[in-house]
Amino acid sequence: MPMDLKNASFWGYRRDNGRVGVRNHVIVLPVDDISNAAAEGVARNVMGTMALPHPYGRLQFGADLDLHFRTLIGTGANPNVAAVVVIGIEPAWTQKIVDGIAQTGKPVAGFSIEHNGDTATVMAASRKAKEFVHYATGLHRSEAPLKDLWVSTKCGESDTTSGCGANPTVGNAFDKLHPHGVTLCFGETTEITGGEHLVAERCKTPEIRERFMFMFNRYQEIINRHKTSDLSDSQPTKGNIAGGLTTIEEKALGNIQKIGRKCTVDGVIDKAEMPTHPGLWFMDSSSAAAEMVTLCAASGFVVHFFPTGQGNVIGNPILPVIKLGANPKTVRTMAEHIDVDVSGLLRRELTMDQAGDKLLECMFATANGRWTAAEVLGHREFVLTRLYESA
Amino acid sequence: MTIHFVVHEDGDSVGTVVVENVKAGATLTGWIMEQDKTVSVKVLNDIPIGHKVALKDLKNGDTVIKYGVDIGRTIAPIKQGEYLHVHNVKTKRW
Repeated sequence: MPMDLKNASFWGYRRDNGRVGVRNHVIVLPVDDISNAAAEGVARNVMGTMALPHPYGRLQFGADLDLHFRTLIGTGANPNVAAVVVIGIEPAWTQKIVDGIAQTGKPVAGFSIEHNGDTATVMAASRKAKEFVHYATGLHRSEAPLKDLWVSTKCGESDTTSGCGANPTVGNAFDKLHPHGVTLCFGETTEITGGEHLVAERCKTPEIRERFMFMFNRYQEIINRHKTSDLSDSQPTKGNIAGGLTTIEEKALGNIQKIGRKCTVDGVIDKAEMPTHPGLWFMDSSSAAAEMVTLCAASGFVVHFFPTGQGNVIGNPILPVIKLGANPKTVRTMAEHIDVDVSGLLRRELTMDQAGDKLLECMFATANGRWTAAEVLGHREFVLTRLYESA
Repeated sequence: MTIHFVVHEDGDSVGTVVVENVKAGATLTGWIMEQDKTVSVKVLNDIPIGHKVALKDLKNGDTVIKYGVDIGRTIAPIKQGEYLHVHNVKTKRW
């Protein structure tokens, strides 16, 4: 029986701004690298909180600083997050992030370390974090229509089975979700190299196509400016090559199987920007797994499809990452990381439609609260994208 | 029937081995996914799972087709049944 999505729903946490989350985290968000210790101190004191340490946030400027703020604010604003404690060295940037997150209506409070020290900051922030945990644990899931689910995708440690198995499974699921007003996202700008004409053809309007090609060419310029070789040492990666992928073009054509055969590209966003309407969005992004998934979380996505070939183990602190694989060796040797085994596709035991439905079943289970392999195994990769050197 | 390799589209120059332990001299059955038909090829080398076998003779400098699309160029002649990877195929980009 194919899955009927017409009246499909899931159970999530509806936030004050109308968005629906599938997790209910209380996070402790450092503004900068030197506030990690205090943030982790709070998370040790207060059960039910999670610190998100990262190595940046000092002396960034211009577009790179904008992206830093956008990513941290977006992470706090994500509907999978119930409440946020922000800790920074200085009050001004701390407040900027607090104000950004506060626009969602969720509880958020900022603490700065300068002239307080770590100890007093941790104490004050811990008191607030405790309040937030009581608030979050008092919330209940309610039924929400499928269209309230935002689903992103990015593949990793790809091999040739990604292109004929796991990635088209995501494409099949996206083709099924797209007509129901779900907000979808893909990216990985350099990993479209060789298939950019195919993505351009799928853009819904000439304006969207132009914007997509602008993002694509902008990234090509970065590669051309910095490359010292044909990138055959890093794109495809050593893992990709070990998995049988030979060229970036081959990798790209496998990659874009994730956008299915029918869905149009309905919009283009820059890194960590928020989509403004339903449909499939292209987000300009790095192709590094943790960077891209972190950006998806900052853009407001609440469930992530991650097809893998050779076996990438990535997770994210706030965005549940559903892993699927079609490589029979990987699903055997790394079974604990794979949520959806679609290796039957390559034995002709499973049709693409059945594989897509299997993924959607896992998506609903995850949205309703079941933990993914990455969540159970403690994968919380939070990796901020940098555009250039600090000042 | 056991499928040993898959081909995305009729006309592709390559198939992807999807079983382990493929040895030189074996005759493999391939499934062309888009057209849903089978083909066979005798392999000339050992080919690891996930790696590609040439389905036709290619001259040096020829374009390699997969998914019906250009995925790069050969840097050596490649015979039908031969292992095709980074040692004999390169990107046309970057």
